[in-house]
Amino acid sequence: MTQILILAYKLLVKDKGKYTALLVGTTFSVFLIVQMTSSFAGILTKASATVINIGAKIWVMDPSATNSVFGSIPMPDYVLDGVRSINGVKYAVPLYVGSALLKLHDGTYQAATVIGLDDSSLAGRPELLQGGIDDIFAENGFIAVKDEEFPKLENPKLGTEFELNDNRGVVVGIAKVPTGALYGTPTLYTTYYRAIQYIPSMRFTISYILVEPKTNAAIPYIKQQVAQLGYLALTNQEFQDGISQYLKYQTGIGTNTLLMTVISFLVGLSISGQTFYTFIIENLEHFGALKAMGAKGRELVYVIIFQAGFTALVGYGLGIGLATVVITAAKLRLPEYSSRVTYSNLGLAFLLVLTIASISGYAGVRRVLKIEPFDIFRG
Amino acid sequence: MATAAIMANKLSKWFGEGVARTYAVREASFEAYWGEMLYIVGPSGSGKTTLLSMLSGILRPNSGSVTIDGRNLWSLSDDEIADFRLNTIGFVFQDFHLFPRLTTAENVAIPLILQKRSWKEALAAAARCLEVVGLAGKGELPPNKLSGGEQQRVAIARAIVHQPEILVLDEPTASLDGETGRKIVSFVKTDILTSTRCILIVTHDSRIFEFSNRIMGMEDGRITGFDQGVAYEA
Repeated sequence: MTQILILAYKLLVKDKGKYTALLVGTTFSVFLIVQMTSSFAGILTKASATVINIGAKIWVMDPSATNSVFGSIPMPDYVLDGVRSINGVKYAVPLYVGSALLKLHDGTYQAATVIGLDDSSLAGRPELLQGGIDDIFAENGFIAVKDEEFPKLENPKLGTEFELNDNRGVVVGIAKVPTGALYGTPTLYTTYYRAIQYIPSMRFTISYILVEPKTNAAIPYIKQQVAQLGYLALTNQEFQDGISQYLKYQTGIGTNTLLMTVISFLVGLSISGQTFYTFIIENLEHFGALKAMGAKGRELVYVIIFQAGFTALVGYGLGIGLATVVITAAKLRLPEYSSRVTYSNLGLAFLLVLTIASISGYAGVRRVLKIEPFDIFRG
Repeated sequence: MATAAIMANKLSKWFGEGVARTYAVREASFEAYWGEMLYIVGPSGSGKTTLLSMLSGILRPNSGSVTIDGRNLWSLSDDEIADFRLNTIGFVFQDFHLFPRLTTAENVAIPLILQKRSWKEALAAAARCLEVVGLAGKGELPPNKLSGGEQQRVAIARAIVHQPEILVLDEPTASLDGETGRKIVSFVKTDILTSTRCILIVTHDSRIFEFSNRIMGMEDGRITGFDQGVAYEA
């Protein structure tokens, strides 16, 4: 078996022109598939940035506000009291998430996301790079997040001032977060009460209630009790999934990505499939000669499967490598570039490239099994 | 009395059915012997290649039988017939059918590779065979760097590398000039034919008739008779 596969390898690789064309087709297809799906994964991750960065285990919200962190419907204070009274809740704190227009030192205006953390616990606070967390309680204190949007605040330092609805704001800390935001606005952290004082609010002010359960086993009960209050409790992952589902199925972004992925697959299939089929056709007489010399049909099938599979795997590796290089280069140049290579993306690309190999191989196998050694004799 | 290597008994092959039935070979019966170089000659369309294909396990006859070494060839399964071809027959195709991407030595080694021998062993045997056919030192060249006569020798080397008992050559001189063709067939006669080997050659090149032990004539799918060629030692 190994011997004939080495023969298959030599027949494939030594036909440099065809082999290169096959690899180009497969590599290009894998590159496009990975690039597209990684960009989408990057968008999905960034869309859930606040959920990831705050990191609470359970988020309580209005049932109709699960599409985005910024689409919250404010909840009355009694909901917070109600949640705190549920058995299994270790603690529950309010969170404010809103938008504000800042007037910067040079007089320009800049939209920003303001996150108001619970005054007593500061649950969900970011990791500070500069300043102390207690400084957030200082007069007009805000913490600026140093992500890719940070320069839009004119690269503030500790003590940098700005205006927010005629209120003075002072940067008292610089923080970092695991994931940058999708929507292109810088993020400021402050206390919950300062946030609702500085930013015009509706009658109710709690955007979300962050809940820490006593144990993970208590989560289903907490969710059930919150539902009885008429609200929705989602785990961190469920909230991220909800945001992802919204982007996938209700914005058209998912459809576009799917479409591009299918097109990438078809491009790869057409280039690789056609080239591989031509390769088989051009070698048909040689397959016939092998058959005449005593090669069995199934051995020739192994040869073709090996050739298609080997090309697919090499092309897959090259495609992944190329996508990684391009994404890395793009991220070095454009820090806000949203792209994330996930195991799911790699798995999808692998499945699609195997499909390309299978279809190409199947067409070849059909032709090779049909060739009669007698045809070789007849010339 | 020579022992029969191949016994064909009322072999027939036809294509189409009913009024469209056309016989390519009709009730061919003959014997070929060990140590014999038997020519099958006749005009184009006389059924030479079809007969050769049925004798070598490539084309299943519609009726009749082929017995080789006491075994009824066409009673075997497809896999057994493939194994039979692999182990018992050496083929030299009219157009050589050498693999252009492989080296000459790799081309010669193919039957051994199909027999699942290691590449190292197969290439060593191929080098020895290339030496036998006068192509020592050309094993690393691709076949297209060789002349037509040399390519024919490579095809012969490939046909004998696995020590088959029966050698089948289809129009071996068709793409060679007269002098080269004669040299090749002379070489086959003197260096390849042994008392334990039987060689069948399909040809209509009368310039090489002098090397045959017997010549079997065919016309319209029927065997028309035998001419005695050069006597052979069984």
